[in-house]
Amino acid sequence: MKIGVCAKVTPDTGAQIKVVGNGIDTAGIKWVVNPYDAYAIEEAVKTVENHGGSVHLFTVGDDSVVAPLRAGGLAVGGEDLTQISDAALNDADSLGVAKALAASLKAAGVEAVFAGKESVDGVSSQVPAMVAELLGWPLVSIVTGFETDGSTFKATREIGGGVVEVVSGSLPAVFTCDKGLNTPRYAKLPQIMKAKRKKVIKQDLAAIGLSAADVAPKATESNFSEPAARPAGRMLSGSVQEQAKELVHLLRNEAKVL
Amino acid sequence: MFEPNEMQRDLIDAVSVFVKDLIGPTAEHDDAEERFRKEYIHQMGEQGLCGIATPEEYGGLGLGYLDYAMVLEEIAKVSASYAVSVAVTGLPQVILNQWGNEDQKQQWLPALAAGEHLGAFCLSEAGSGSDAASLKATAVREGDEYVLNGSKYWVTHGGYADVYMIMARTGGPGPRGISCFLVPGDAEGLSTGRKEQKMGMRASPTTEIVLDNVRIPAANLVGNEGDGFKVAMTALDSGRITIASIAVGTAQAALDVSGGYACERKQFGKPIIDFQGVGFMLADMATAIETSRMLVHKAAWLKDNGRDFSGTAAMAKVVATDAAMKVTTDAVQVMGGYGYCKDHPVERFMRDAKIMQIFEGTNQVQRIVISRHLKKAYTAPQG
Ligand SMILES: Cc1cc2nc3c(=O)[nH]c(=O)nc-3n(C[C@H](O)[C@H](O)[C@H](O)COP(=O)(O)OP(=O)(O)OC[C@H]3O[C@@H](n4cnc5c(N)ncnc54)[C@H](O)[C@@H]3O)c2cc1C
Repeated sequence: MKIGVCAKVTPDTGAQIKVVGNGIDTAGIKWVVNPYDAYAIEEAVKTVENHGGSVHLFTVGDDSVVAPLRAGGLAVGGEDLTQISDAALNDADSLGVAKALAASLKAAGVEAVFAGKESVDGVSSQVPAMVAELLGWPLVSIVTGFETDGSTFKATREIGGGVVEVVSGSLPAVFTCDKGLNTPRYAKLPQIMKAKRKKVIKQDLAAIGLSAADVAPKATESNFSEPAARPAGRMLSGSVQEQAKELVHLLRNEAKVL
Repeated sequence: MFEPNEMQRDLIDAVSVFVKDLIGPTAEHDDAEERFRKEYIHQMGEQGLCGIATPEEYGGLGLGYLDYAMVLEEIAKVSASYAVSVAVTGLPQVILNQWGNEDQKQQWLPALAAGEHLGAFCLSEAGSGSDAASLKATAVREGDEYVLNGSKYWVTHGGYADVYMIMARTGGPGPRGISCFLVPGDAEGLSTGRKEQKMGMRASPTTEIVLDNVRIPAANLVGNEGDGFKVAMTALDSGRITIASIAVGTAQAALDVSGGYACERKQFGKPIIDFQGVGFMLADMATAIETSRMLVHKAAWLKDNGRDFSGTAAMAKVVATDAAMKVTTDAVQVMGGYGYCKDHPVERFMRDAKIMQIFEGTNQVQRIVISRHLKKAYTAPQG
C-alpha cells in the first residue's frame, strides 16, 4: 500500500512564542515535525510494516522544512519527501495548502492519507478535511485506534464523554491522528544517516497543475496577540487554619475550581 | 568544525531525546542504589549508539571521533555512568579494529557494535595503575590455548561484560612482555571479585575480575605476543577523547542547571546571577566548557584526519576533566544549600566528575604524555 502523510514543521512545543507584528519571532526557535503529524507518520510506517508498501511524506514549505522532516520523518521510515514550494503559497490559507497537497497526493497515486489532527502552531484542523473533500475521499478525524487489512479499515475515535466510536469503511480515505494512537519511535542513528540520502521531490504549483490564482487566499490572518501576563502569585498569611480557610475560599470564589 | 553539521545536529538531537527518556527517569535512583541496567546498553545499541566509530561492515556506524565525541557529550549530560559505558564497550572495538585479524573482527565486533554484547577493558591491577607496564596477571601458552591467571582491578562492567579485553604477561618484565586477549564473560575460571563502593559514577559497575586458570583458544590473542602494552596504549589514546567528551557533557549539564537556577533564585531582591560574584563564576564555567570542547573537538579532528593526536588528546583530557571538576563544584556553589542536596543533579555531577581526572590515565600521567611529546619535538634535529 502506498500511503501519503501530510506533515508540517512547527516550533518545538517547548519554544517560547513571542508575537512580533503579524507573526511570531522565529529567532532561537527549534523547528520539529508537528507532534500530531509524528503520530500520523508512525501509524503509516506501522501499517506498511504489517501490510507492505511505502510511506511518502508531503509538505508545503520552503527549504527550511526539509531538515526537520528528514530527521523526524525520513529517519523513522518515510521513503521520500515531496516538498511543495512556490512563492504563491507564502500567504496561502488552509484551502490553498489543501489544494496543493491534494493535487500532489493525487499525482503520486497514494491509497490512504494520514495527517495530524491539528498543527500545534496554527491549530486550525482544516487542511486534512479539505484534502479529503478535494480528493473525494471520506475523512475519519481524531483517530486513536487504527486497523486495516489493506482494503478496508476500522478506526476508533474518542468522542464526547469518553465514548468510543468505531468507524469502518473502505480505502482510500484520509485519517487525522490524535495522541494515544501510537508511540512514535525514536530515530535510530543509522536511519538518520540514511535519511540524508533519501529523495526530496521539489514541486512548484505548475508541476502539480495549479496556478497562483488557484491558491490565492480567501481568508487572511489579520492580528496576533499574546495571552495576558499571569498575575503575580499571592502569599497567604495567618495561622495554618486561617490560611487553609482562605485558600478554600479563593479556590471556590476566585479561581472557581472547587 | 566550529559547529555541528546538519547530520551531527540530527544525531545530537536524536540521542538527546532518546537518552533523556531512557536513562533520565532512573538516573537519580540508580546513583543512590548503585544500580546498573544492562538492558539500557541493549536499547542504546538498537539505536546505534554502541558502535559509532566501528566500520559499517562490522555493524557499526563508521563515523568519526568528532561525531562520537558529540554523541558522548549528549549522553553524559543525562548520565556520565552510561556515557562511560558506551565509551568502555567501545574500547575492545577500537582495539579489534586496529589490531584484530579478520576472523576476530567478524566474530566479536558486530555484537559489540549492536550493544547485544557488553565489552570491558582490563589493564589495571591492585599494584599497577599508572605504572601499567608492571602488571602481573599471566597468560601461558599450552598447545592451542592460553591459560590466564591473576587479578584485574577496577574493571568497568565487571560481572556484566560478555567480552573482557585482558592484558596479561606472556613474557619477561616491562611493557614488551605483555599481550592482549579476548576472554568471554562466561569463561570457566573467570569470576567477579569485590564490587567497589564509589563516591561517583555509581550507576557504572566497577569490580575486581579474578582469573583462575582461565583457558581460552590461542586464536583469542589480539596482535602478537608482546604487543599488549602498545595495544592498550593505542586504545587509551583515543579513549582519552571519549572521557574528555564525557567531561564536557557533565560540565555543560551542571552549567545548564545552575545557570537557570541563578536567573530564578532571588536574594536581596534580585536574581543571584546579577551579583558579580555569581555571574563571574558562571562566566568562568561557560568559558572553561567552551575551551574544553574546542580542544576535545580538535583532538578528535586530528584523529579523524589521520594526524598524530596523542599529545592533543592528552591535553584535551586534562583540560576537560579538570574543567569538569571545577565547573561542577562551582555549580554546587552557585546553588548553595540546594545544590548540595539531592533534589538537584549537580551534586551527582560533582561526584561523577572526580573520577574523570583519574581513570583512562590520571591527569598527572597525561602531563607526562604531553611533556614527552614536547621533549621529542624540542630534541628533534633542527632543520
Ligand atoms: C570508577 C573506576 C573505573 C575504572 N575503570 C577501569 C577499567 O575499566 N579498566 C582498567 O584497566 N582500569 C580502570 N580503572 C583504573 C584506573 O585507570 C586507575 O585507577 C588509574 O589508572 C590510576 O591508577 P591507580 O589508581 O593505581 O593510582 P596510582 O597509579 O597509584 O596513582 C596515585 C597517584 O599518584 C600519581 N602518580 C603515579 N605515578 C606518577 C608519576 N610517574 N608522576 C606523577 N604522578 C604520578 C597519580 O597521578 C595519582 O595521583 C578504573 C578506576 C575507577 C576508580
